[in-house]
Amino acid sequence: MAQFDLRLQDIHNGLKDKQFSVSELTEASFKRIADTDSAVQAFLTLNEEGARAQAAELDKQLQAGGERGLLFGLPAGIKDNIVTEGLRTTCASQFLRNYDPIYDATVVRKLKAAQSVAIGKLNMDEFAMGGSNENSSFFATRNPWNTEYVPGGSSGGSAASVAAGQVYFSLGSDTGGSIRQPASYCGIVGLKPTYGLVSRFGLVAFASSLDQIGPLTKNVEDSAYVLQAIAGYDQMDSTSANVEIPDYTSALTGDVKGLRIGVPKEYMGQGVDPKVKEAVLAALKVYESLGATWEEVSMPHTEYAVATYYLLASSEASSNLARFDGVRYGVRAENPENLIDLYRKSRSEGFGSEVKRRIMLGTYALSSGYYDAYYKKAQQVRTLIKRDFDQAFEKYDILIGPTAPTTAFRIGEQVGDPLTMYLNDILTIPVSLAGVPAVSIPCGLAEGMPVGLQIIGKAFDESTVLRAAHAFEQNTDHHKARPQL
Amino acid sequence: MSTQYETVVGLEVHVELHTNSKIFCGCSTAFGAPPNTHTCPICLGHPGVLPVLNRQALEYAMKASMALNCTVADVSKFDRKNYFYPDSPKAYQISQYDQPVGEHGWIDIEVNGETKRIGITRVHLEEDAGKLTHVDGGYASLVDFNRVGTPLIEIVSEPDIRTPEEAKAYLEKIRAIMQYCDVSDVKMEEGSMRCDANISLRPYGQEKFGTRAELKNMNSFRGVQRGLEYEQWRQADILNSGGEVVQETRRWDEAQGKTLSMRGKEEAHDYRYFPDPDLVRVVIDAEWKERIRASIPELPDARKARYIAEYELPSYDAEVLTSSMKMANFFEESLNYTKDAKAVSNWIMGDLLGYLNANSLEFGDIKLTAQGLGEMIGLLESNTINSKIAKTVFKSMLETGKLPKQIVEEQGLVQISDEGAIKAICEEIVAANPQSVADYKAGKEKAIGFLVGQVMKASKGKANPALANKLLVEVLSSL
Repeated sequence: MAQFDLRLQDIHNGLKDKQFSVSELTEASFKRIADTDSAVQAFLTLNEEGARAQAAELDKQLQAGGERGLLFGLPAGIKDNIVTEGLRTTCASQFLRNYDPIYDATVVRKLKAAQSVAIGKLNMDEFAMGGSNENSSFFATRNPWNTEYVPGGSSGGSAASVAAGQVYFSLGSDTGGSIRQPASYCGIVGLKPTYGLVSRFGLVAFASSLDQIGPLTKNVEDSAYVLQAIAGYDQMDSTSANVEIPDYTSALTGDVKGLRIGVPKEYMGQGVDPKVKEAVLAALKVYESLGATWEEVSMPHTEYAVATYYLLASSEASSNLARFDGVRYGVRAENPENLIDLYRKSRSEGFGSEVKRRIMLGTYALSSGYYDAYYKKAQQVRTLIKRDFDQAFEKYDILIGPTAPTTAFRIGEQVGDPLTMYLNDILTIPVSLAGVPAVSIPCGLAEGMPVGLQIIGKAFDESTVLRAAHAFEQNTDHHKARPQL
Repeated sequence: MSTQYETVVGLEVHVELHTNSKIFCGCSTAFGAPPNTHTCPICLGHPGVLPVLNRQALEYAMKASMALNCTVADVSKFDRKNYFYPDSPKAYQISQYDQPVGEHGWIDIEVNGETKRIGITRVHLEEDAGKLTHVDGGYASLVDFNRVGTPLIEIVSEPDIRTPEEAKAYLEKIRAIMQYCDVSDVKMEEGSMRCDANISLRPYGQEKFGTRAELKNMNSFRGVQRGLEYEQWRQADILNSGGEVVQETRRWDEAQGKTLSMRGKEEAHDYRYFPDPDLVRVVIDAEWKERIRASIPELPDARKARYIAEYELPSYDAEVLTSSMKMANFFEESLNYTKDAKAVSNWIMGDLLGYLNANSLEFGDIKLTAQGLGEMIGLLESNTINSKIAKTVFKSMLETGKLPKQIVEEQGLVQISDEGAIKAICEEIVAANPQSVADYKAGKEKAIGFLVGQVMKASKGKANPALANKLLVEVLSSL
């Protein structure tokens, strides 16, 4: 679908100049899905009726003339843990296979206000727990670069759908790397904003102190446009930050002269595939050539990040997922003997094994007698990890490293080994714990699979992160590589 | 009740704060709406929703804490209390665990004329649960989420209470203070005030507490007192027969008049408290505290002291009058129309409270106005009416809300003080009651009472009783 390779500004002009209509864009999206999704399996639910009706309405408005926002008419995919009123939202869980939300998430309201067209809901690891999309209780999404490979996770559907050209952009959510890692595996741009920049209202909570919604796009400029539309204080979310939102696209100057880059040596150490390392070092050379400087920096608490994350995220998840009890919504088990049996059966049947594993882990960590040793200790370590970042940002404007230690792996390869699976997030998790923004952008291929470069910034300094990413993109062609489907 | 054991009681009182909207969403908190009509995705705990703190709820909790002489925290922090039950849509309650709004407070109570100080351990803010109704003989349960998310404070006392009477006095004082602060309706019958109790017994002189039982489901002031009385007896009975009290939760059964075991210690929940990551900490600075402190009106104890000093009321009267702010306000407003504070107090504590209790009404539910009561006492003072007429006027005021002058005029109730008219009646009565006259003459002083009564009756209660008495004696002695 050539149109989805157009720059956003060009689509905008194309619509304005009536080269094509919103309905045509929408149909092109559905056509591409029809052609490719049997192979990619990115979508859980298609919003065909709603999208077509909206497109017709937008075309009417287009006829009437007037200025339109940049996201006007753009086909968008939404991760299935972001609630959409009246449009099935399952979190890729059997528990919610029949759940139609009664309200819209704030980001969905914002996309509606920006008049982009919601094409459908995207597959994910169940309740965003996983890094391969194999934990979807419906089916595993596949990597458009090689459908024998995972697209990453948990926003695997969001990443694969954009990479496959099914939608112009998508929204994902990132708790420990769930936007950046699949973006890396699928060769696209995935931005995790600063914690608090984008409202979480309507994002089905996994780990409330870590979850952030962010855009997945084909290029950095689009990422800035979508971020512009979804960022901002929301009175429905107490954890959303009341900060001034800058104009992100105006930061995309291409100029990184004098930019000070720190490269955490812990992110380039053991366990990182040499080919990934090579691609990152090549990227650093590009920055050097553009007048930026880089040096190694130590982030000494990195090694504790994964353990810390799995304690905190699982603790919060054990409480967040307790509301799924079969009483008010979702699936209720048949013929329970009594109330406890209703809970037990509904939760046993409704949740998949990874979700159960994390609920049990979190419940244990919060239990009386264990709280101090696990949850409380993990909170303390989180503070130390944050301090690593604070100290690094005293010297550097951004930090750069790989997004993930490896490129995408084969479907089924790690299913039986959750601990290895957890280590895929080793480079994204510290960033989540610190709450700072980071983007993954394509920086090359290794044996035909995309490698992601992670650019990490100071809290609420998305502008610098995007500027650095954009400058790299302007001077390389990695983002132009497309999978053959 | 054996006297060899000392009873130790600590109370946990839940008070619903009467904010307009719920603590974490915009739904109404009004009582009595059809089930599940005051709900939204947030209080129903739908996937993806987030709580946002209602500042009014926090301010009410601060106000209540200050009125209970607590130190108010510098930061508001909320925790999740995790448990599965259908009345809790999120399967956790947002509460405060290690940093309550208020700590280290106290109130004074008066029992049998003695003042006693009861410590308040903590006051914390939390959300209420939904309401379950069990139907079909227990085979099904209905849940109403109107109440879920109503702001509550839990007031935890120190184990300073020693008798069921003290417990009742403590509860009444808490109710009065909450009422004065205007933070709650504090109606036990509507559930806006609820009470659980921890009770244990120990031999007199022993420092260590005995094993306690937690008592629930006491839905009235009387229920609390009766429940504790029963439990006191039950535990003493166990101890006297050489047994051991089991640590457990017991339910007060009002109908059976006894407590029944609900669950044992081993079934106690592990609530897995942890800080709620959805709610940011709110700093409570000195200026904010001062603003709240300034909004607290004169509290019951201060008012009581003032009534004793200013109106020279007996301590008992002052205690009763100040036990409800509406009653105290009614009392003070009445004094704009008469100077006789003791008379007002007598009417309020006697006829008015009697009427309210008999009809389960409250101040505010009645038509009688403070002006009406004050002016009626004025009419008594000026001898315009007598006390007998006053009872009629009072009753009429309760029913119609009219002012006494109007009632007196409409019903022709002005006291007859015309000596000629009364004398004529006296003569009639003396003539009609020869036997009583004879008794009086024979020295039976009591007979005069009967005759005065007859005069009053004949005058339809309007004769000035003192005048009737005097003129009757005159008529009799002239015989």
